[in-house]
Amino acid sequence: MPADLNLRLGLPGSDQTDVDAAKSNKRASPEKAEDTASNGVPAAKSADDHETAPAPKAQIVGWPPVKSYRKSTAAAVKKAEAESGMYVKVSMDGAPYLRKIDIKLYNGYSHLLTALEDMFKLSIEREGYKGSEYAPAYEDKDGDLMLVGDVPWEMFMSSCKRLRIMRGADARGLGCAQ
Amino acid sequence: MAYSFPEEVLEHVFSFLSSDRDRNAVSLVCKSWYDIERWCRRRIFVGNCYAVSPEIVIRRFPELRAVEMKGKPHFADFNLVPEGWGAYAYPWIAAMAEAYPFLEEIKLKRMVVTDESLELISKSYKNFKVLVLTSCEGFTTDGLASIAANCRHLRELDLRESEVEDLSGHWLSHFPDSCTSLVSLNMSCLGSEVSFSALERLVARSPNLRTLRLNRAVPLERLANLIRRAPQLVELGTGAYSAEIRSDTFSNLADAFSACKQLKTLSGFWDVVPSYLPAMYSVCSGITSLNLSYAAIPSSDLVKLINQCQNLQRLWVLDYIEDSGLDALAASCKGLQELRVFPSDPFGAEPNVPLTEQGLVSVSEGCPKLESVLYFCRQMSNAALIAIAKNRPNFIRFRLCIIDPQAPDYLTLEPLDTGFGAIVENCKELRRLSMTGLLTDRVFKYIGSHAKKLEMLSVAFAGDSDLGLHHVLSGCDSLRKLEIRDCPFGDKALLANAAKLETMRSLWMSSCFVSFGACKLLAQKMPRLNVEVIDERGPPESRPEGCSVERVYVYRTVDSRQRLDRPDFVWTLDEDSSLRYS
Repeated sequence: MPADLNLRLGLPGSDQTDVDAAKSNKRASPEKAEDTASNGVPAAKSADDHETAPAPKAQIVGWPPVKSYRKSTAAAVKKAEAESGMYVKVSMDGAPYLRKIDIKLYNGYSHLLTALEDMFKLSIEREGYKGSEYAPAYEDKDGDLMLVGDVPWEMFMSSCKRLRIMRGADARGLGCAQ
Repeated sequence: MAYSFPEEVLEHVFSFLSSDRDRNAVSLVCKSWYDIERWCRRRIFVGNCYAVSPEIVIRRFPELRAVEMKGKPHFADFNLVPEGWGAYAYPWIAAMAEAYPFLEEIKLKRMVVTDESLELISKSYKNFKVLVLTSCEGFTTDGLASIAANCRHLRELDLRESEVEDLSGHWLSHFPDSCTSLVSLNMSCLGSEVSFSALERLVARSPNLRTLRLNRAVPLERLANLIRRAPQLVELGTGAYSAEIRSDTFSNLADAFSACKQLKTLSGFWDVVPSYLPAMYSVCSGITSLNLSYAAIPSSDLVKLINQCQNLQRLWVLDYIEDSGLDALAASCKGLQELRVFPSDPFGAEPNVPLTEQGLVSVSEGCPKLESVLYFCRQMSNAALIAIAKNRPNFIRFRLCIIDPQAPDYLTLEPLDTGFGAIVENCKELRRLSMTGLLTDRVFKYIGSHAKKLEMLSVAFAGDSDLGLHHVLSGCDSLRKLEIRDCPFGDKALLANAAKLETMRSLWMSSCFVSFGACKLLAQKMPRLNVEVIDERGPPESRPEGCSVERVYVYRTVDSRQRLDRPDFVWTLDEDSSLRYS
């Protein structure tokens, strides 16, 4: 580059380290663009700031670069999912037909299990496998049969595709429900 | 001149030239060719509405029939251009209403169009045929009513992706019964319900209708009746694709689809109930373009649909397709040319679906004709990019967006320089590139050295220093549009490459390190550039000269006057560097 265009970013006398700091400032937390000292020089970061994790990106204007009508679609899809209920089939070993429930209606495992007990008129294992009662199991997204209760409730809600109330004897090996 | 052709002969010869480039070349040959050409030019394209004035256009081309124009810079799509910046269509519409009574076509992109403008269009041009408003805003459904009511020979009304203030669906009923000329109607961006009977009657009396894109408010139960009345449709956009599952609705729909032997393009698909997708299977083998980017369809159902569309050339889809769905796409659709994968949950920090860089690698491997990609994902590696580049040297457009804008190679934690370097090195015909991820000045060096055909580059949160910008401006011979946000690029590179900016349409830099002083210098040096400082913090002089401006937009222009429609946060600088602001 031609040497005569040696413009500087800071005031005369400010040295290159300020510019370097500004660069790393820029990269670490892009949304802090206003974080300049009153003399216009980007605030030199202390050593601590270099080591802290970058600020969460969720608040960046215009990022990710998705047009506004797409954002609202994604939001609408989520909203629609939220409103439409999460119906899953519930089968009980030995019962002639299945039932369907909306998992969204329940606020946790014990609420769900109580509802299932009412629906099928039986009692379900809660703590530990005793081998005599029914055990609640579900089929997840991968098609695997899982014991109800191991994962956080929200994760369960999004991964549960189908419920199966297994006879105690068949549930051997599924382990303990929380 | 002893041997010059009569004008009529030259005009006839020129009438075979449709490309602007050819016509521009012709007009440079000599004064008489310039004159003959300008009288017989019928279509113009203005890439930046501020690059020229209506008066200049009208003076040079007195007999236009079709005008296509773009307004705001691309980053306006992501809210980086403040409201009220400009790109008003009205001055153009008003000037053209006087000068071109025979105007037939107006196509605008990213411009502010008012109801007043629409009314003026509808009343000024007796033979008006085509109105396309892409990503425009500023008008209401009242303006559409004027167009519908007054344009007797209307062929195309296309509102793609515009923001319309939707007062009611009544506008559609303004099409008179005598209007039978419609070829294309795209109302997909509108919210309100239109009168279904008016819509059905309109479709029924439009024998030339080829494109019909409905809005979400048209329910699935109504779709069959509509497409039955237009079996000649080539492009269909459905409304909401959901209904209670009933076999009569299904068979009605399937029947209607099976009559559409010419259907090539499908879009719409809001609120999809997957059980209704098979109703379309009869047309799938002819489908070349499929836009499912509003459809939350599970991967397995997507795969079933895609497997029916063996001749697919273009697919827009949400990331619900997952890597496994993209594998299936790669196996089924060997003619695929364009793929866009949009994020279903753009603001979630964690991945909500198993879609990774692997999907893109598969498609690049399996689809030999793939040339255009827009891909949102949450992780990327240099290895994947290198594989993609080697698989598909025929890329023309490559746009990658990693949700975390500074994400490194997730395997090695290195910057993604070598990956993108491989893209520009292998894809010699690359015309458009968007990059994200952890990127240093090195990637710009690769771009400057290899991307000789690159016309448009989008950069965010990348680079270390001015050297990055300098590599691009000095190396990319074909560069026309450069848009940069949040990069540590500043004055040195900008001023060192000032002359380059006149060979480009525009440069956008926001949240970078460009000082007001440099902007003034640039404007002084390059009188044929408009240098706009877009800064909402008040007059730039109230801050020290070294302080960075919020945004700078530099574009070439033959209109020597300053913009008269500047809002108070836009500061333009003219030759003597005196600040002009309203």
